[in-house]
Amino acid sequence: MTRVLRLSLWQWVFGLVMLAGTYATYIRVAHGLGGSTNLNDQFPWGLWIGFDVLCGVGLAAGGFTLAATVHIFNLKRFEPICRPAILTAFLGYLLVVLALLFDLGRPDRIWHPLIMWNTRSVMFEVAWCVTLYTTVLALEFLPLVLQRFGLRTPLRWMRKVLIPLVIAGVILSTLHQSSLGTLYLIVPHKLHALWYTPLLPLLFFVSAIAAGLAMTIFESWHSARAFGRQLELSLLAALARVLAVLLAFYLALRLLDLARRGALPLALEPRMESFLFGLEISLMLLPMLLLFRRQVRLNPAALYASAVMVIFGFVTHRLNVSITGMEAGSGVSYLPKWTEVAVTLAIVAMGFAIFRFAAGHLPVFEGARITTEEEDRRAAAAPGDAWTPAPAEGD
Amino acid sequence: MARAILFDSTLCVGCRACEEACAGRWKLPYGEDIAAEERISERKLTTVVTHGERYLRRLCMHCLDPTCTSVCPVGALEKTGLGPVVYHEARCMGCRYCMLACPFQVPSYTWSARLPKISKCDMCADRQIEGQPTACSDACPTGATITGEREELIGEARRRMAAKPSEYHSRIYGLREAGGTSVLMLAAVPFEELGMNGRIPEEPLPQLTWRVLAHVPDVVALGTVLLGGVYWITHRRDEVAAAESPKGGRR
Repeated sequence: MTRVLRLSLWQWVFGLVMLAGTYATYIRVAHGLGGSTNLNDQFPWGLWIGFDVLCGVGLAAGGFTLAATVHIFNLKRFEPICRPAILTAFLGYLLVVLALLFDLGRPDRIWHPLIMWNTRSVMFEVAWCVTLYTTVLALEFLPLVLQRFGLRTPLRWMRKVLIPLVIAGVILSTLHQSSLGTLYLIVPHKLHALWYTPLLPLLFFVSAIAAGLAMTIFESWHSARAFGRQLELSLLAALARVLAVLLAFYLALRLLDLARRGALPLALEPRMESFLFGLEISLMLLPMLLLFRRQVRLNPAALYASAVMVIFGFVTHRLNVSITGMEAGSGVSYLPKWTEVAVTLAIVAMGFAIFRFAAGHLPVFEGARITTEEEDRRAAAAPGDAWTPAPAEGD
Repeated sequence: MARAILFDSTLCVGCRACEEACAGRWKLPYGEDIAAEERISERKLTTVVTHGERYLRRLCMHCLDPTCTSVCPVGALEKTGLGPVVYHEARCMGCRYCMLACPFQVPSYTWSARLPKISKCDMCADRQIEGQPTACSDACPTGATITGEREELIGEARRRMAAKPSEYHSRIYGLREAGGTSVLMLAAVPFEELGMNGRIPEEPLPQLTWRVLAHVPDVVALGTVLLGGVYWITHRRDEVAAAESPKGGRR
């Protein structure tokens, strides 16, 4: 009974968010960026770039990370969580492109970078990488559709090109995940010293992998709940262990860099920047400490809470770079207009809804891997071979 | 052969004839209300800014190695051989990265237009081709803004500073800022006191991103070799395991 009520509550929320998003979309179309955002000449990039694009791309990094883990590093036991990660990534990138259509002044020209080149531009590189990687993700996602409709022959072709695709995906991701940080290397005169560092590309790359892993834990937890599945706890705990190490590496990099540049004292100034910097670091440090503990990794609720903290810490960093850190240098303060928030929330809500729909209708969580007929026969001959439960988390 | 503008704040009387001439060239409405807005925007591409008794002009600095042309993903901004940085509206998709990146916070956006675009001073590129001075130089009654060859204008600036060292702050703004600009400025006081950004590095800003971008081919080449190699090694274990196992099954 309560479950039904809760579901309908979320459906209400979803409906309201989509309604607000639709009205905000109308305002964006009818009154342009001027009427739908709080952006101005001094502050040309706001929530849509800071959250929808910078965070959206980073949170989708689980796709290439798990594809590499399973297909390149041959850690086949992670296969059950590889498909949901690829689905998240594919959806994530489609939604990033959708958000870009809102943010670009001339969305009808979104294709221009493909024809009009400027190889000195980071944005040009990002545009090409995102286009190519979205194509790669579509191809990595395609087997799920093919399998759903029992199309064996194209499935076999797909398997032949899978490895080159995965390698291309990892390289394209490495390039553009770091390039999102490179975008801000050009504003040393604007970005606050707590965030401006020549290491931005590396920090963006490492934090994206961490956020991608956290998202994988997050979505596994939610889909286990939504579809009444068993949580792949041993796999997630293993991911959480990697996540803890990544966070430690990230924080070491971040703090060493701040110390080297003599920027740490800035964090003690009683300013908005210092508070949000503290929040950002805490939301990375706390889950790191938690995830180093075995009890936390093997406790679904604690594991979930840690993953959520990492996601919030990651989002805080990206928003600090793109908004908090840019305000003083631009000489203005920026708060998004309600329309900006409404569009962003609607895009996030769409992400949840489409994921749920796709997970319900495609073989996202079924079995371990995309099989060919031959392998199906082999699996049938040796039952239990297709999906071996991973050994208990430990050494 | 590179053209430039020299603005001498000590000669400027704040009459705003430059603003009016600029508005006329761009066919923008101009009146007292717009004159009172001392900020570059889609409504005025140049402005005089009042700092007590002193006046400073703001306009596109036309950098020698412009940040805007380097960041634009579609090449909508171009540094012409003659000096002006010009905007090709037909290429622009409105990402506004040029606005974010410009060290002088120059490009403006027509925020409320249905088909918005960037607006900025183009140093009267068409007039420069014909060898004419810019509209603002033409209109200036005191000679505070003049157009000429960049090298000659640097020489002129140095002559003025040498002739009356007590009246000038000892720095030509634009000589080295962001790698040098085609708009040069002289003033009686440090430029920070007149609202100019003092944190702009002397290195051309495009270098900051190029140092990273230049490694893209390396990432592609090394990444392919490394990932291909890891794949080969990790799956070699499978092949060995398959050969050694009596069943010959794959994991």
